Amino acid sequence: MIKNFLWLFFGCGLFIVLSPIVPEMINPYFFTILIYAGINITLAVSLNLINGITGQFSMGHAGFMAVGGYVSAFLTTTYGGSLQLPFLSIEIQEFLFFSFSLFVGGLSSAFLGYLVGLPSLRLRGDYLAIVTLGFGEIIRVVILNIEAVGGARGLPGIPKWTNFGWVFTIAFVCILVFQRILQSPHGRALLAIREDEIAAEAMGVNTTRYKVTAFMLGAFFAGVAGGLFGHFLTYLNPQTFDFNRSFEIIIMVVLGGMGSTTGAVVAALFLTGLRELLRPLQEITRLDFRMVIYSLMLIFIMLTKPNGFFGSKEITDFGPFRRFKKNPLNLAGEK
Amino acid sequence: MAEFFQHIINGLGVGAIYALIALGYTMVFGILQLINFAHGDVYMLGAFAGFYVSHYFGLAKNPGLFSLLVALACSMAACGAIGYCIERFAYRRLRKQPRVNVLITAVGVSLFLEFGGQLLFGADPKFFPTLYESGEPLVFAGIQINRLQLLVFVVSMLLMFGLRYIIFYTKKGKAMRAVSFNHDLSALMGIPVDQIISLTFVLGSALAGAAGILVGLTYPKIDPLMGVMFGLKAFVAAVVGGIGNVTGALIGALLMGVAEALVVAYWSSTYRDALAFGILIVILLFKPTGLLGRAAAEKV
Repeated sequence: MIKNFLWLFFGCGLFIVLSPIVPEMINPYFFTILIYAGINITLAVSLNLINGITGQFSMGHAGFMAVGGYVSAFLTTTYGGSLQLPFLSIEIQEFLFFSFSLFVGGLSSAFLGYLVGLPSLRLRGDYLAIVTLGFGEIIRVVILNIEAVGGARGLPGIPKWTNFGWVFTIAFVCILVFQRILQSPHGRALLAIREDEIAAEAMGVNTTRYKVTAFMLGAFFAGVAGGLFGHFLTYLNPQTFDFNRSFEIIIMVVLGGMGSTTGAVVAALFLTGLRELLRPLQEITRLDFRMVIYSLMLIFIMLTKPNGFFGSKEITDFGPFRRFKKNPLNLAGEK
Repeated sequence: MAEFFQHIINGLGVGAIYALIALGYTMVFGILQLINFAHGDVYMLGAFAGFYVSHYFGLAKNPGLFSLLVALACSMAACGAIGYCIERFAYRRLRKQPRVNVLITAVGVSLFLEFGGQLLFGADPKFFPTLYESGEPLVFAGIQINRLQLLVFVVSMLLMFGLRYIIFYTKKGKAMRAVSFNHDLSALMGIPVDQIISLTFVLGSALAGAAGILVGLTYPKIDPLMGVMFGLKAFVAAVVGGIGNVTGALIGALLMGVAEALVVAYWSSTYRDALAFGILIVILLFKPTGLLGRAAAEKV
């Protein structure tokens, strides 16, 4: 228990200390990529909890991201200018208010996750995929029609509060939380649902409840990631959160290996980098090869190596990292 | 009141096209329990096949029933071939894999067709040539019926009855029904299962190709992403009717078309796309088997 808190403090402390240093050290282009990579890690790891670990194929992650992003951005643009607590410096007020709005964004996203999850998680695989996909679309259409957040014009003028420390602390917390869940009885229940839902139910696992919980947790972190995204870009547009965005997160999870947090992190870094590597090609040919390459990649992974990079292994299953391994049970499903 | 019936008629016109696509979804689902995500994009390819064929043969210069039939035949053949390839090269190799893998592959194929289409045809919309002059609308009791709409409706109904004939009154159709009932048993009875599954894909895709042409005639703007929304709505229609059930797909699609027309007429056109998913969620909540589907017990 104490060890976990030490990890948490050490990790967060490291990122917060690095936060002012990193933008000075590298050029702004790489810094932007790094921030996106961090946000993508959070998204991929949180989707991995739903798709990989619980085995529920959700295709609406961009929808949750949109909700979190819009709610927190709405809070900061509306009330951010009128921060006046006399006894705190403006930086601390901003910090507190940003944490608060990210949290509220995450919560509203989780609440929507509950609303969607409760009915639709009674459905099996393919239906769930379609419903979540449709849900993502509905969210986008609804946001398009809300004038308070700019509708189709988008929401400009969001304060640029996201920095290196925020992005990576949240990615780190997300990974840590999910690893802790996995090593608890709750995590085993989730894995049991993935392996065989009927058997899990027969063993007394309340499958609907666990699935909805996983859905809400995933949605929460997706919402927070959306908030970070909005406060980095300083502008949100419903078009950003279309199906392609969900698909990008899905391919991160699939490429990394469904069920492997390490895989999700590696794939998020890899795909964020790949996107930038493809950019020159796109500028020369004036054609968008990215989605074609992604989709071919997806098909080939499924045909040749359906387990992705890592299968359901974690980094703690390899060489020198093995001594950090805690609980052999997170290997369930490994043949 | 006349206005209301006018919306219903318009809705039925769109619904008939949804039905053509929904049939492909429902047939493939019936036989493989797979949602063929790529089906909507096959329909997009059908529209483009029609576009290029009519330019190549100069069909737009002399519009009429003959031009339309030529375009329909070419597009159906092209889409049938594409459907065969998709099944042969992507899905067949995954037949023994977990369902989620097949689902991911289907999403991959769908995106490949969409964005491959963007590379091949260009991302900007193209104008579908006029293959049939609609002329003066017919008027019954204050309700206008566009001749083109009527033609689209009749053609899709004819195609659907053709499909019904194949499924229920031919030997191949019997084999298809047997395979959808049980793969292993059908194989034991000497049915070439893989061949029958291919045939199902070819038939479904050919209907989607025809739908592509018919949509091109009604809404003459075609682009590589047109299949996404239309395909999803057709899928919802198939679920509403009871997925796996051919008659259900028709009924569901007509209902869907009418519901959409009414929402656009009396509420807001921006909610048109959200409506389909709303219907889907409600149906799955209260009657997951759809209107005509039968509940299947899950085997352990």
